Amino acid sequence: MRVNLTVNGSHQVVDDVWEGESLLFLLRERMGLPGSKNACEQGECGSCTVYLDGLPVCSCLVAAGQAEGRKVRTVEGLAEGQPGDERLDPVQEAFLEAGAVQCGFCTPGLIVQSHDLIERNPAPTDAEIREALAGNLCRCTGYEKIVDAVRLAAERKAAAS
Amino acid sequence: MDFLRPATWQDALAVKAERPDALPVQGGTDVMVEINFDRRRPAALLDLTGVRALADWDPADGRLRVGAGVPYARLITELGRSLPGLAQASRTVGSPQIRNRGTVGGNLGAASPAGDGHPPLLAGDAVVEAESAARGVRMIPVAEFFTGVKRTALAPDELIRAFWAAPASGPQYFSKIGTRNAMVIAVCSFAVALHPRERRVGTGLGSAAPTPRRAPAAEAFIAHELDWDGRGPLSEAAARRFGELVAEAASPIDDVRGTGDYRRRALSVMARRTLTWAWNDHRAGSTGSVGSLGREAS
Ligand SMILES: Cc1cc2nc3c(=O)[nH]c(=O)nc-3n(C[C@H](O)[C@H](O)[C@H](O)COP(=O)(O)OP(=O)(O)OC[C@H]3O[C@@H](n4cnc5c(N)ncnc54)[C@H](O)[C@@H]3O)c2cc1C
Ligand code: FES
Ligand code: FES
Repeated sequence: MRVNLTVNGSHQVVDDVWEGESLLFLLRERMGLPGSKNACEQGECGSCTVYLDGLPVCSCLVAAGQAEGRKVRTVEGLAEGQPGDERLDPVQEAFLEAGAVQCGFCTPGLIVQSHDLIERNPAPTDAEIREALAGNLCRCTGYEKIVDAVRLAAERKAAAS
Repeated sequence: MDFLRPATWQDALAVKAERPDALPVQGGTDVMVEINFDRRRPAALLDLTGVRALADWDPADGRLRVGAGVPYARLITELGRSLPGLAQASRTVGSPQIRNRGTVGGNLGAASPAGDGHPPLLAGDAVVEAESAARGVRMIPVAEFFTGVKRTALAPDELIRAFWAAPASGPQYFSKIGTRNAMVIAVCSFAVALHPRERRVGTGLGSAAPTPRRAPAAEAFIAHELDWDGRGPLSEAAARRFGELVAEAASPIDDVRGTGDYRRRALSVMARRTLTWAWNDHRAGSTGSVGSLGREAS
Protein backbone atom coordinates (compact mmCIF):
# COMPACT_ATOMS: atom_id res chain seq x y z
CA MET A 1 0.00 0.00 0.00
CA ARG A 2 0.96 3.66 -0.23
CA VAL A 3 1.44 5.82 2.87
CA ASN A 4 1.46 9.64 2.84
CA LEU A 5 2.96 11.28 5.89
CA THR A 6 5.04 14.22 7.02
CA VAL A 7 8.45 13.34 8.43
CA ASN A 8 10.60 16.03 10.03
CA GLY A 9 8.62 18.70 8.24
CA SER A 10 8.72 17.28 4.74
CA HIS A 11 5.87 15.53 2.98
CA GLN A 12 6.64 11.96 1.97
CA VAL A 13 4.92 9.38 -0.20
CA VAL A 14 6.08 5.85 0.50
CA ASP A 15 5.07 2.96 -1.77
CA ASP A 16 5.04 -0.81 -1.39
CA VAL A 17 4.46 -0.67 2.35
CA TRP A 18 3.40 -4.03 3.81
CA GLU A 19 0.10 -3.65 5.71
CA GLY A 20 1.45 -5.28 8.87
CA GLU A 21 4.71 -3.38 9.13
CA SER A 22 5.54 -0.85 11.79
CA LEU A 23 6.25 2.85 11.51
CA LEU A 24 9.75 2.02 12.78
CA PHE A 25 10.34 -0.30 9.81
CA LEU A 26 9.01 2.29 7.41
CA LEU A 27 11.34 4.98 8.80
CA ARG A 28 14.46 2.83 8.93
CA GLU A 29 14.15 0.49 5.99
CA ARG A 30 12.05 2.43 3.49
CA MET A 31 13.02 6.02 4.21
CA GLY A 32 16.67 5.62 5.21
CA LEU A 33 16.26 7.23 8.62
CA PRO A 34 18.20 4.87 10.89
CA GLY A 35 18.25 7.20 13.93
CA SER A 36 15.31 5.45 15.60
CA LYS A 37 16.63 2.13 16.81
CA ASN A 38 15.10 -1.33 16.86
CA ALA A 39 16.00 -3.25 19.98
CA CYS A 40 12.89 -5.14 21.03
CA GLU A 41 9.91 -4.49 18.74
CA GLN A 42 7.62 -4.88 21.73
CA GLY A 43 7.46 -1.49 23.39
CA GLU A 44 9.80 -2.43 26.23
CA CYS A 45 12.98 -0.48 25.45
CA GLY A 46 11.94 2.91 24.05
CA SER A 47 14.86 3.08 21.61
CA CYS A 48 12.40 3.55 18.72
CA THR A 49 10.70 6.58 20.34
CA VAL A 50 9.50 9.25 17.87
CA TYR A 51 6.97 12.06 18.03
CA LEU A 52 3.68 11.18 16.35
CA ASP A 53 1.47 14.27 16.06
CA GLY A 54 3.51 15.79 18.87
CA LEU A 55 3.38 12.88 21.32
CA PRO A 56 6.27 10.50 21.96
CA VAL A 57 5.35 6.91 21.08
CA CYS A 58 7.13 3.62 20.40
CA SER A 59 7.26 3.59 16.60
CA CYS A 60 7.61 -0.20 16.66
CA LEU A 61 4.00 -0.38 17.93
CA VAL A 62 2.46 2.00 15.41
CA ALA A 63 1.29 0.31 12.21
CA ALA A 64 2.82 2.16 9.26
CA GLY A 65 -0.67 2.71 7.85
CA GLN A 66 -1.72 4.44 11.07
CA ALA A 67 0.77 7.21 10.23
CA GLU A 68 -1.22 8.10 7.08
CA GLY A 69 -1.74 11.88 7.05
CA ARG A 70 0.13 12.29 10.36
CA LYS A 71 3.22 14.22 11.37
CA VAL A 72 6.26 12.29 12.54
CA ARG A 73 9.37 13.82 14.08
CA THR A 74 12.39 11.61 14.61
CA VAL A 75 15.71 12.23 16.34
CA GLU A 76 17.03 13.31 12.94
CA GLY A 77 14.56 16.19 13.04
CA LEU A 78 15.69 17.75 16.33
CA ALA A 79 18.85 19.54 15.19
CA GLU A 80 18.44 22.82 13.34
CA GLY A 81 20.08 23.76 10.06
CA GLN A 82 21.18 21.75 7.02
CA PRO A 83 23.18 18.51 7.20
CA GLY A 84 26.84 19.37 7.57
CA ASP A 85 26.00 22.68 9.21
CA GLU A 86 23.69 21.64 12.02
CA ARG A 87 23.13 23.10 15.41
CA LEU A 88 22.31 20.28 17.82
CA ASP A 89 19.35 20.61 20.12
CA PRO A 90 20.33 21.48 23.72
CA VAL A 91 19.21 17.98 24.76
CA GLN A 92 21.62 16.42 22.28
CA GLU A 93 24.44 18.73 23.41
CA ALA A 94 23.77 17.90 27.04
CA PHE A 95 23.89 14.15 26.42
CA LEU A 96 27.32 14.53 24.80
CA GLU A 97 28.68 16.80 27.52
CA ALA A 98 27.36 14.85 30.46
CA GLY A 99 28.81 11.57 29.20
CA ALA A 100 25.33 10.09 28.91
CA VAL A 101 26.27 8.19 25.75
CA GLN A 102 28.28 4.99 25.74
CA CYS A 103 27.37 2.53 22.97
CA GLY A 104 24.70 5.01 21.91
CA PHE A 105 22.03 2.52 21.00
CA CYS A 106 19.50 3.81 23.51
CA THR A 107 20.42 7.45 22.92
CA PRO A 108 18.05 8.50 20.10
CA GLY A 109 15.01 7.25 21.99
CA LEU A 110 16.16 8.86 25.22
CA ILE A 111 16.79 12.15 23.45
CA VAL A 112 13.30 12.29 21.95
CA GLN A 113 11.68 11.29 25.24
CA SER A 114 13.78 13.82 27.23
CA HIS A 115 13.04 16.51 24.64
CA ASP A 116 9.33 15.98 25.21
CA LEU A 117 9.72 16.03 28.99
CA ILE A 118 11.50 19.40 28.95
CA GLU A 119 8.97 20.87 26.51
CA ARG A 120 6.16 20.00 28.90
CA ASN A 121 8.02 20.49 32.17
CA PRO A 122 10.90 22.97 31.89
CA ALA A 123 12.24 22.25 35.38
CA PRO A 124 11.72 18.55 36.11
CA THR A 125 12.76 17.03 39.44
CA ASP A 126 14.93 13.91 39.46
CA ALA A 127 11.86 11.83 40.27
CA GLU A 128 10.00 13.33 37.32
CA ILE A 129 12.96 12.64 35.03
CA ARG A 130 13.11 9.02 36.12
CA GLU A 131 9.35 8.64 35.72
CA ALA A 132 9.46 10.16 32.22
CA LEU A 133 12.31 7.86 31.18
CA ALA A 134 10.87 4.70 32.76
CA GLY A 135 10.20 3.21 29.34
CA ASN A 136 13.71 3.76 27.95
CA LEU A 137 16.26 1.08 28.73
CA CYS A 138 20.03 1.60 28.71
CA ARG A 139 22.40 -1.35 29.13
CA CYS A 140 25.56 0.76 29.51
CA THR A 141 25.39 3.92 31.56
CA GLY A 142 23.58 3.04 34.76
CA TYR A 143 21.29 6.04 34.10
CA GLU A 144 23.01 8.51 36.45
CA LYS A 145 24.69 10.41 33.61
CA ILE A 146 21.45 10.35 31.65
CA VAL A 147 19.62 12.04 34.51
CA ASP A 148 22.52 14.54 34.73
CA ALA A 149 22.14 15.24 31.01
CA VAL A 150 18.43 15.91 31.24
CA ARG A 151 18.93 18.22 34.20
CA LEU A 152 21.66 20.07 32.29
CA ALA A 153 19.51 20.36 29.16
CA ALA A 154 16.62 21.75 31.20
CA GLU A 155 18.89 24.35 32.81
CA ARG A 156 20.34 25.37 29.45
CA LYS A 157 16.92 25.70 27.84
CA ALA A 158 15.64 27.74 30.79
CA ALA A 159 18.68 30.02 30.61
CA ALA A 160 18.27 30.48 26.87
CA SER A 161 14.62 31.47 27.03
CA MET B 1 -3.17 -8.49 4.50
CA ASP B 2 -5.60 -5.61 3.98
CA PHE B 3 -5.40 -2.31 5.81
CA LEU B 4 -8.86 -0.82 6.35
CA ARG B 5 -9.19 2.80 7.43
CA PRO B 6 -12.79 3.81 8.11
CA ALA B 7 -13.19 7.55 8.75
CA THR B 8 -16.46 7.36 10.68
CA TRP B 9 -18.02 5.08 13.27
CA GLN B 10 -20.78 4.04 10.85
CA ASP B 11 -18.14 3.08 8.28
CA ALA B 12 -16.20 1.14 10.90
CA LEU B 13 -19.32 -0.88 11.80
CA ALA B 14 -20.07 -1.52 8.13
CA VAL B 15 -16.51 -2.70 7.49
CA LYS B 16 -16.56 -4.97 10.54
CA ALA B 17 -19.86 -6.49 9.39
CA GLU B 18 -18.44 -7.19 5.95
CA ARG B 19 -15.05 -8.32 7.27
CA PRO B 20 -15.53 -10.03 10.64
CA ASP B 21 -12.00 -11.43 10.19
CA ALA B 22 -10.51 -7.91 10.33
CA LEU B 23 -8.59 -7.28 13.56
CA PRO B 24 -9.34 -3.87 15.10
CA VAL B 25 -6.27 -1.84 16.01
CA GLN B 26 -6.36 1.29 18.15
CA GLY B 27 -3.12 2.11 20.04
CA GLY B 28 -1.54 -1.08 18.70
CA THR B 29 0.29 -1.74 21.96
CA ASP B 30 -1.08 -5.28 22.09
CA VAL B 31 -1.79 -5.90 18.40
CA MET B 32 1.56 -4.77 16.99
CA VAL B 33 3.55 -6.90 19.45
CA GLU B 34 1.69 -9.94 18.14
CA ILE B 35 2.26 -8.98 14.52
CA ASN B 36 5.93 -8.06 15.01
CA PHE B 37 6.53 -11.47 16.57
CA ASP B 38 4.54 -13.40 13.98
CA ARG B 39 2.09 -14.60 16.60
CA ARG B 40 -0.77 -13.29 14.57
CA ARG B 41 -1.41 -12.75 10.86
CA PRO B 42 -4.91 -11.33 10.58
CA ALA B 43 -6.46 -11.23 7.11
CA ALA B 44 -6.97 -7.52 7.63
CA LEU B 45 -6.22 -4.74 10.11
CA LEU B 46 -9.09 -2.40 10.90
CA ASP B 47 -7.46 0.87 11.97
CA LEU B 48 -9.78 2.77 14.31
CA THR B 49 -7.51 5.77 14.88
CA GLY B 50 -9.19 7.64 12.03
CA VAL B 51 -12.56 7.48 13.80
CA ARG B 52 -12.55 10.76 15.72
CA ALA B 53 -15.61 10.00 17.84
CA LEU B 54 -13.76 7.17 19.59
CA ALA B 55 -11.26 9.63 21.06
CA ASP B 56 -13.93 11.79 22.75
CA TRP B 57 -15.62 11.57 26.12
CA ASP B 58 -18.82 13.26 27.26
CA PRO B 59 -21.04 13.50 30.30
CA ALA B 60 -24.37 11.78 29.53
CA ASP B 61 -27.28 10.98 31.86
CA GLY B 62 -25.24 11.76 34.96
CA ARG B 63 -22.57 9.33 33.83
CA LEU B 64 -19.49 9.57 31.67
CA ARG B 65 -19.36 8.00 28.25
CA VAL B 66 -15.68 7.51 27.46
CA GLY B 67 -14.75 6.62 23.88
CA ALA B 68 -12.84 3.36 23.39
CA GLY B 69 -9.96 5.28 21.81
CA VAL B 70 -9.15 7.73 24.62
CA PRO B 71 -5.53 6.98 25.59
CA TYR B 72 -4.40 6.44 29.19
CA ALA B 73 -2.45 9.72 29.18
CA ARG B 74 -5.68 11.65 28.61
CA LEU B 75 -7.69 9.58 31.12
CA ILE B 76 -5.14 10.67 33.72
CA THR B 77 -5.15 14.38 32.87
CA GLU B 78 -8.77 14.85 31.83
CA LEU B 79 -10.68 12.32 33.94
CA GLY B 80 -8.47 11.93 37.02
CA ARG B 81 -11.01 13.71 39.20
CA SER B 82 -14.12 11.92 38.07
CA LEU B 83 -12.64 8.44 37.65
CA PRO B 84 -9.80 8.38 40.22
CA GLY B 85 -9.52 4.59 40.47
CA LEU B 86 -9.14 4.21 36.72
CA ALA B 87 -6.71 7.14 36.60
CA GLN B 88 -4.53 5.53 39.27
CA ALA B 89 -4.53 2.27 37.33
CA SER B 90 -3.74 4.15 34.12
CA ARG B 91 -0.67 5.70 35.73
CA THR B 92 0.76 2.23 36.29
CA VAL B 93 0.35 1.10 32.67
CA GLY B 94 3.65 0.59 30.84
CA SER B 95 5.60 3.79 30.23
CA PRO B 96 4.74 7.31 29.06
CA GLN B 97 5.08 6.17 25.45
CA ILE B 98 2.66 3.28 26.04
CA ARG B 99 0.21 5.56 27.89
CA ASN B 100 0.22 7.98 24.95
CA ARG B 101 -1.09 5.19 22.68
CA GLY B 102 -2.75 2.48 24.77
CA THR B 103 -6.47 2.72 25.46
CA VAL B 104 -9.12 1.20 27.69
CA GLY B 105 -10.93 0.01 24.54
CA GLY B 106 -7.81 -1.97 23.65
CA ASN B 107 -7.41 -3.21 27.21
CA LEU B 108 -11.00 -4.51 27.11
CA GLY B 109 -10.51 -5.97 23.62
CA ALA B 110 -7.35 -7.81 24.68
CA ALA B 111 -9.14 -9.03 27.84
CA SER B 112 -5.95 -10.08 29.59
CA PRO B 113 -6.65 -11.26 33.16
CA ALA B 114 -3.85 -8.82 34.09
CA GLY B 115 -5.28 -5.77 32.29
CA ASP B 116 -4.96 -2.86 34.70
CA GLY B 117 -8.06 -1.05 33.49
CA HIS B 118 -10.35 -3.90 34.45
CA PRO B 119 -10.36 -3.87 38.29
CA PRO B 120 -11.36 -0.19 38.58
CA LEU B 121 -14.01 -0.62 35.87
CA LEU B 122 -15.44 -3.56 37.86
CA ALA B 123 -15.32 -1.68 41.17
CA GLY B 124 -17.01 1.32 39.54
CA ASP B 125 -19.85 -0.68 37.90
CA ALA B 126 -18.78 0.34 34.40
CA VAL B 127 -20.74 -0.80 31.36
CA VAL B 128 -19.31 -1.52 27.89
CA GLU B 129 -21.15 -0.03 24.93
CA ALA B 130 -20.75 -2.46 22.02
CA GLU B 131 -22.30 -1.95 18.63
CA SER B 132 -22.85 -3.80 15.37
CA ALA B 133 -24.34 -2.64 12.08
CA ALA B 134 -26.91 -5.45 12.17
CA ARG B 135 -28.16 -5.30 15.76
CA GLY B 136 -27.27 -1.85 16.99
CA VAL B 137 -26.07 -1.00 20.48
CA ARG B 138 -25.67 -3.55 23.28
CA MET B 139 -24.82 -2.46 26.82
CA ILE B 140 -22.67 -5.10 28.57
CA PRO B 141 -21.80 -4.72 32.27
CA VAL B 142 -18.01 -5.09 32.60
CA ALA B 143 -18.54 -8.01 34.99
CA GLU B 144 -20.19 -9.91 32.11
CA PHE B 145 -17.79 -8.77 29.43
CA PHE B 146 -14.93 -11.19 30.13
CA THR B 147 -15.84 -14.76 29.20
CA GLY B 148 -12.45 -16.48 29.50
CA VAL B 149 -8.70 -15.87 29.29
CA LYS B 150 -8.40 -13.22 26.56
CA ARG B 151 -12.01 -13.85 25.52
CA THR B 152 -14.86 -11.38 25.52
CA ALA B 153 -18.61 -11.22 24.99
CA LEU B 154 -18.13 -9.33 21.69
CA ALA B 155 -19.65 -10.91 18.58
CA PRO B 156 -17.44 -11.08 15.45
CA ASP B 157 -19.25 -8.14 13.87
CA GLU B 158 -19.20 -5.95 16.99
CA LEU B 159 -16.88 -3.15 18.03
CA ILE B 160 -16.48 -1.35 21.36
CA ARG B 161 -17.74 2.21 21.10
CA ALA B 162 -17.20 3.36 24.70
CA PHE B 163 -17.45 2.49 28.34
CA TRP B 164 -19.90 4.17 30.69
CA ALA B 165 -19.14 4.91 34.33
CA ALA B 166 -20.56 7.19 36.99
CA PRO B 167 -18.21 9.89 38.31
CA ALA B 168 -16.86 8.78 41.68
CA SER B 169 -19.25 9.50 44.55
CA GLY B 170 -16.67 8.37 47.12
CA PRO B 171 -13.00 7.47 47.45
CA GLN B 172 -11.47 4.95 45.04
CA TYR B 173 -8.11 3.20 45.13
CA PHE B 174 -6.13 0.91 42.86
CA SER B 175 -3.17 -1.14 43.95
CA LYS B 176 -0.86 -3.37 41.92
CA ILE B 177 2.01 -5.71 42.76
CA GLY B 178 4.98 -5.80 40.42
CA THR B 179 8.75 -6.04 40.46
CA ARG B 180 9.29 -2.38 39.71
CA ASN B 181 7.24 0.81 39.58
CA ALA B 182 6.94 1.00 35.80
CA MET B 183 6.60 -1.36 32.86
CA VAL B 184 5.27 -4.36 34.72
CA ILE B 185 2.43 -6.74 34.12
CA ALA B 186 0.61 -7.02 37.43
CA VAL B 187 1.45 -10.04 39.58
CA CYS B 188 -1.97 -9.23 40.94
CA SER B 189 -3.98 -6.08 41.42
CA PHE B 190 -6.99 -4.81 43.30
CA ALA B 191 -9.41 -1.89 43.04
CA VAL B 192 -11.90 -0.62 45.57
CA ALA B 193 -14.62 2.03 45.19
CA LEU B 194 -16.88 3.36 47.93
CA HIS B 195 -20.42 4.22 46.83
CA PRO B 196 -21.63 6.03 49.98
CA ARG B 197 -25.00 7.09 48.56
CA GLU B 198 -25.92 3.47 47.96
CA ARG B 199 -23.97 2.27 51.01
CA ARG B 200 -22.06 -0.10 48.85
CA VAL B 201 -18.44 -1.03 48.18
CA GLY B 202 -17.28 -2.15 44.74
CA THR B 203 -14.27 -4.39 44.17
CA GLY B 204 -12.22 -5.63 41.24
CA LEU B 205 -9.46 -8.27 41.18
CA GLY B 206 -6.80 -8.53 38.49
CA SER B 207 -4.38 -11.37 37.63
CA ALA B 208 -6.23 -13.45 40.16
CA ALA B 209 -8.41 -15.74 38.01
CA PRO B 210 -8.93 -16.58 34.31
CA THR B 211 -10.87 -13.34 34.01
CA PRO B 212 -10.90 -10.11 36.01
CA ARG B 213 -13.66 -10.48 38.60
CA ARG B 214 -15.36 -8.93 41.59
CA ALA B 215 -15.45 -10.31 45.14
CA PRO B 216 -19.23 -10.31 45.85
CA ALA B 217 -19.01 -11.89 49.31
CA ALA B 218 -16.43 -9.32 50.41
CA GLU B 219 -18.60 -6.50 49.03
CA ALA B 220 -21.70 -7.73 50.86
CA PHE B 221 -19.83 -8.28 54.13
CA ILE B 222 -18.23 -4.85 54.26
CA ALA B 223 -21.30 -2.92 53.07
CA HIS B 224 -23.06 -4.28 56.16
CA GLU B 225 -20.09 -3.75 58.46
CA LEU B 226 -19.29 -0.10 57.71
CA ASP B 227 -20.78 2.66 59.86
CA TRP B 228 -22.24 4.66 56.95
CA ASP B 229 -24.31 7.00 59.17
CA GLY B 230 -21.81 7.77 61.91
CA ARG B 231 -18.70 7.47 59.72
CA GLY B 232 -17.12 5.59 62.65
CA PRO B 233 -13.74 3.93 62.34
CA LEU B 234 -13.22 0.72 60.42
CA SER B 235 -12.34 -2.06 62.84
CA GLU B 236 -9.10 -3.93 62.30
CA ALA B 237 -11.05 -7.19 62.39
CA ALA B 238 -13.51 -6.09 59.69
CA ALA B 239 -10.71 -4.87 57.43
CA ARG B 240 -8.91 -8.17 57.89
CA ARG B 241 -12.04 -10.21 57.17
CA PHE B 242 -12.65 -8.13 54.05
CA GLY B 243 -9.12 -9.01 52.90
CA GLU B 244 -9.73 -12.71 53.53
CA LEU B 245 -12.98 -12.68 51.58
CA VAL B 246 -11.27 -10.92 48.66
CA ALA B 247 -8.53 -13.57 48.67
CA GLU B 248 -11.19 -16.30 48.74
CA ALA B 249 -12.80 -14.83 45.62
CA ALA B 250 -9.58 -15.40 43.68
CA SER B 251 -8.58 -18.58 41.88
CA PRO B 252 -5.04 -17.69 40.93
CA ILE B 253 -2.51 -19.82 39.11
CA ASP B 254 1.19 -20.39 39.77
CA ASP B 255 3.26 -18.82 37.01
CA VAL B 256 6.58 -17.08 36.41
CA ARG B 257 5.32 -13.89 38.01
CA GLY B 258 4.18 -15.44 41.27
CA THR B 259 2.56 -18.40 42.97
CA GLY B 260 -1.14 -18.71 43.62
CA ASP B 261 -0.49 -18.62 47.37
CA TYR B 262 1.50 -15.42 47.06
CA ARG B 263 -1.26 -13.84 44.99
CA ARG B 264 -3.93 -14.74 47.54
CA ARG B 265 -1.85 -13.31 50.34
CA ALA B 266 -1.03 -10.14 48.39
CA LEU B 267 -4.69 -9.63 47.48
CA SER B 268 -5.78 -9.83 51.10
CA VAL B 269 -3.16 -7.25 52.08
CA MET B 270 -4.00 -4.88 49.19
CA ALA B 271 -7.72 -5.21 49.91
CA ARG B 272 -7.29 -4.45 53.61
CA ARG B 273 -5.03 -1.45 52.94
CA THR B 274 -6.97 0.13 50.09
CA LEU B 275 -10.25 -0.23 51.98
CA THR B 276 -8.65 1.41 55.02
CA TRP B 277 -7.35 4.32 52.94
CA ALA B 278 -10.71 4.75 51.24
CA TRP B 279 -12.71 4.61 54.46
CA ASN B 280 -10.33 7.03 56.21
CA ASP B 281 -10.72 9.46 53.30
CA HIS B 282 -14.48 9.08 53.51
CA ARG B 283 -14.42 9.80 57.24
CA ALA B 284 -12.27 12.87 56.60
CA GLY B 285 -14.93 13.98 54.17
CA SER B 286 -12.77 13.91 51.07
CA THR B 287 -13.35 11.87 47.95
CA GLY B 288 -9.82 10.74 48.49
CA SER B 289 -7.15 10.00 46.02
CA VAL B 290 -8.24 12.64 43.55
CA GLY B 291 -5.37 13.79 41.40
CA SER B 292 -2.75 12.17 43.60
CA LEU B 293 -0.40 9.41 42.62
CA GLY B 294 -2.25 6.91 44.77
CA ARG B 295 -0.15 5.16 47.37
CA GLU B 296 2.41 2.43 47.48
CA ALA B 297 0.80 -0.86 48.32
CA SER B 298 3.85 -2.54 49.74
C1 LIG C 1 5.66 -2.34 26.92
C2 LIG C 1 4.23 -2.58 27.25
C3 LIG C 1 3.78 -2.43 28.55
C4 LIG C 1 2.44 -2.67 28.87
N1 LIG C 1 2.06 -2.50 30.16
C5 LIG C 1 0.77 -2.72 30.49
C6 LIG C 1 0.34 -2.54 31.83
O1 LIG C 1 1.13 -2.12 32.71
N2 LIG C 1 -0.96 -2.79 32.12
C7 LIG C 1 -1.85 -3.20 31.16
O2 LIG C 1 -3.02 -3.39 31.47
N3 LIG C 1 -1.47 -3.38 29.89
C8 LIG C 1 -0.18 -3.16 29.53
N4 LIG C 1 0.20 -3.35 28.24
C9 LIG C 1 -0.75 -3.86 27.27
C10 LIG C 1 -1.48 -2.78 26.43
O3 LIG C 1 -0.76 -1.56 26.43
C11 LIG C 1 -2.88 -2.50 26.99
O4 LIG C 1 -3.64 -3.67 26.98
C12 LIG C 1 -3.60 -1.40 26.21
O5 LIG C 1 -4.74 -1.02 26.93
C13 LIG C 1 -4.03 -1.83 24.81
O6 LIG C 1 -4.66 -0.73 24.18
P1 LIG C 1 -4.42 -0.42 22.62
O7 LIG C 1 -5.30 0.70 22.27
O8 LIG C 1 -2.97 -0.25 22.35
O9 LIG C 1 -4.93 -1.78 21.98
P2 LIG C 1 -4.66 -2.49 20.58
O10 LIG C 1 -3.36 -3.18 20.59
O11 LIG C 1 -4.93 -1.56 19.47
O12 LIG C 1 -5.84 -3.57 20.64
C14 LIG C 1 -5.88 -4.55 21.66
C15 LIG C 1 -7.03 -5.52 21.42
O13 LIG C 1 -8.28 -4.86 21.50
C16 LIG C 1 -8.99 -4.94 20.28
N5 LIG C 1 -9.65 -3.65 20.11
C17 LIG C 1 -9.09 -2.41 20.17
N6 LIG C 1 -10.03 -1.46 20.05
C18 LIG C 1 -11.21 -2.09 19.88
C19 LIG C 1 -12.57 -1.64 19.70
N7 LIG C 1 -12.89 -0.33 19.67
N8 LIG C 1 -13.53 -2.59 19.56
C20 LIG C 1 -13.22 -3.91 19.61
N9 LIG C 1 -11.98 -4.39 19.80
C21 LIG C 1 -10.98 -3.49 19.93
C22 LIG C 1 -7.95 -5.27 19.24
O14 LIG C 1 -8.49 -5.96 18.13
C23 LIG C 1 -7.01 -6.15 20.03
O15 LIG C 1 -7.50 -7.45 20.13
C24 LIG C 1 1.54 -3.10 27.88
C25 LIG C 1 1.98 -3.23 26.55
C26 LIG C 1 3.30 -2.98 26.24
C27 LIG C 1 3.76 -3.12 24.81
S1 FES D 1 12.07 -1.21 19.61
FE1 FES D 1 10.25 -0.16 20.07
S2 FES D 1 10.27 -0.13 22.22
FE2 FES D 1 11.98 -1.39 21.77
S1 FES E 1 24.52 3.79 25.97
FE1 FES E 1 24.52 1.70 25.44
S2 FES E 1 22.43 1.15 25.77
FE2 FES E 1 22.53 3.13 26.56
